[in-house]
Amino acid sequence: MSAEYSIPGPNDISRRELSNGITVLVRENHSNQSVVFSGLLMAGSALDGWEKAGLAGFATSALMRGTATRDFEAIHETIESIGASLSIRASVDNTIFGGKCLAEDLGVLLELLADILRNPSFPEDQVERLRGEIITALDIRAHDTRQMAALTFAELAYPREHPYSRSVSGYRDTIRQITIDDLRDYHAKSIGPRGMIIVIVGAVKAENAVRLVEKSLGDWQNPAQREVEIAEAVPKITEVRRKTVEIPGKSQSDIVLGVPGPSRYHPKWLAAQLGNSILGQFGLYGRLGESVREKQGLAYYSFSQLEGGPGPGAWKVIAGVNPANVELAINTIVDEIRRFVSEPVTDEELSDNKSNFTGRLPLLLETNAGVASSILSMERYNLGLDYLQRYADLVNSITAQDILEVANEYLNPDAYALAVAGPGADSR
Amino acid sequence: MSVNGVSRFTLDNGMTVLLKESHQAPVISWWVWYRVGSRYETPGITGASHWVEHMMFKGTPTFPAGVLDKAISREGGVWNGYTWIDFTTYFETMPADRIDLALRLEADRMVNARFDPAEVESERTVIISERQGAENNPLFLLTEEILAVAFRVHPYHHEVLGDMIDLQNMTRDDLYRHYRTYYKPNNAVAVAVGDFRTDEILARIRELYGPLEPGDEPPQPERPEPEQHGERRVRVEREGRTAYLIIAYRAPAATDPDYFKLAILDSALSGPSGLSLFGEGISNKTSRLYKALVQTELAASVRGDLTPTVDPYLYTLEATVRQGRSVEEVEEAMLAEIDRLRQEPISDRELEKARKQAKALFSYLSESVTNQAAWLGFSEIVAGDYEWFGTYLESLMSVTAEDVMEVAQKYLIPQRRVVGHYIPTNVEENDK
Repeated sequence: MSAEYSIPGPNDISRRELSNGITVLVRENHSNQSVVFSGLLMAGSALDGWEKAGLAGFATSALMRGTATRDFEAIHETIESIGASLSIRASVDNTIFGGKCLAEDLGVLLELLADILRNPSFPEDQVERLRGEIITALDIRAHDTRQMAALTFAELAYPREHPYSRSVSGYRDTIRQITIDDLRDYHAKSIGPRGMIIVIVGAVKAENAVRLVEKSLGDWQNPAQREVEIAEAVPKITEVRRKTVEIPGKSQSDIVLGVPGPSRYHPKWLAAQLGNSILGQFGLYGRLGESVREKQGLAYYSFSQLEGGPGPGAWKVIAGVNPANVELAINTIVDEIRRFVSEPVTDEELSDNKSNFTGRLPLLLETNAGVASSILSMERYNLGLDYLQRYADLVNSITAQDILEVANEYLNPDAYALAVAGPGADSR
Repeated sequence: MSVNGVSRFTLDNGMTVLLKESHQAPVISWWVWYRVGSRYETPGITGASHWVEHMMFKGTPTFPAGVLDKAISREGGVWNGYTWIDFTTYFETMPADRIDLALRLEADRMVNARFDPAEVESERTVIISERQGAENNPLFLLTEEILAVAFRVHPYHHEVLGDMIDLQNMTRDDLYRHYRTYYKPNNAVAVAVGDFRTDEILARIRELYGPLEPGDEPPQPERPEPEQHGERRVRVEREGRTAYLIIAYRAPAATDPDYFKLAILDSALSGPSGLSLFGEGISNKTSRLYKALVQTELAASVRGDLTPTVDPYLYTLEATVRQGRSVEEVEEAMLAEIDRLRQEPISDRELEKARKQAKALFSYLSESVTNQAAWLGFSEIVAGDYEWFGTYLESLMSVTAEDVMEVAQKYLIPQRRVVGHYIPTNVEENDK
């Protein structure tokens, strides 16, 4: 058996808080030559508002378009010439970044990360170029059934003033109106070290990794950085809200059906996650896969998803079906939800899914990226660095009653948001 | 024998077994590859290989439908199957102490899959639904047309998913015959990478797979594509807002020494994605086409696709036309860049970059037993020898700037290309 393997925990994760509010976590892995980092900033599209919807996404993409000392070409030459990757994107609640490189190049990549975070220059030509690329992406979205069903679902499921109802990518009319000053302003007020987390995993000594972060980001200050509030809870949906988007010329319809769900901080989060696995993940999409795909052959995919995150992320079912089978698929999905909230899951389902949750850890932790992502969650959601070591006990303590309770707290077969995007009734 | 830590064995029934120990994590990845894919299909049964792959998840007498998924998931494993033009493959990656289930399962379904008629019918609509989902994507529609004109004779003519008419008409017996013809130990390559001892796992593999009867050598496609003598063009017009361009050149097979030269060319032209099966992590913003198409605001994105294949296939370049620009403008700019490659060698800097990227991608690969096993099996099937993978990096490193110019002159010529335009129609204004 493998000699070095152990579940990451307080004994082998180094954690350091820098004086400017950045938390650095490192786990060494010297079994190959590469290093990954993964992290987040306390900034996102939550404060965009409808008028400037897409601002955070636009500004965050623009960070990599030029800095005070590097133009677009120089930034990307630095990354690509060493076979590395570096990415950064906004979500509603956070800005998420990640990088991967050979261990010898970690310093170069961290320095570049620091530069784009601290000194972006938002050059006009690059901003306009990016704007056009975003608008083209939005045009593609307008003709993509899956994306349009997701977008429409968010508008139905969340109150209009709630940030989760808006698209992080924005809309054609808002993207057109966002100015360079808006981008600068967003950067000045949102991007800062307070609350930033960076996790580094790979062939680097922990003290060296911390030193490299300190060197590039340790003296970063942004007194103007806004406090980010966690997206608030939303009122429960009390009726069926349904909307259909017609996209001519398509062969398949996409369905998204669900509700605002539990946040990652919910005390019964793990029970919800285990229940969701039973409903629409385990094996080939759990119960939903069995009834929609296996028994009736209605869809290639039909699964459920629990978004989680710091706010009330959605708990939803996603399915792609022949336009003629939309109603049948919806009825089947609703029936499964009815069963899920009416009766406890079976002993067999519970034990199978627990076994899956605990048994899959070695796979999740095989790669540096998998380890980094787990450590990031532990830090972000205050789970404790011993979370993975306690994980099996936490999973095994969940009962069918726990799952039934949390299911009933959110899901209701007579009250949900439902978006369908497809060719419309006349086609096929 | 053992090269690069890989041991190769052939069982008495002809099954090839590749084993590589890797003790970084308590995980084993087990793959079984079959020499069957859309390359082995004829009109009337297009899509059969992919459908057979679906049926392989529908149970055997020992592992009935529904039991398999649960068994793998319960053990904390992941599994899947993929069908491609040249192969169909199945894998399980499991915690090391649970791998026996995967070994038993694959041995069982190599010969005992049920193809229950009711399950075949239920899966027919799933397969059709999968194809309809693909049809929602403009690039699938355009690629399908390009393949059809690029390969008039060779079975690369049709998509792996198959033609709709065949998905509607194929029978259970057609599928079962396809299965029995190609699923046999002498047409299979099995690969394990992970936390095991070679002698121990080999003994277990012999025990489970050794008794399986070999069969007749399956038929091989015998319709090579004739030489192309002139540019071919296709055009798809559908509802939408976005235009796309694909230019596809005839590319050499994986075993052709030119393949590596073209891989380096692609890396300079469109980015490093073709340097590795898993090369998508490195962006292409310093590539020639990105500069010529995206930085000039003609296109919103551009990518290249060079895939190692058994028979000569296509090297495709694909651009998403930026709003307000035309596909003709993008085509002109793309062709100008291609011409430049034929006229002057790439720079030392570009060559150096491609080499470093290839090294980095190979280092990343070693993190995951699943990816390593995928590469080994892929090499054995597509290039006929797993060592192709072992020497891949070396082959890339030896390519020179002159080699790149030489393959540009040989392959990137107008007479050997297909140009595809996707033109959006009925642009309605709904401002989302």
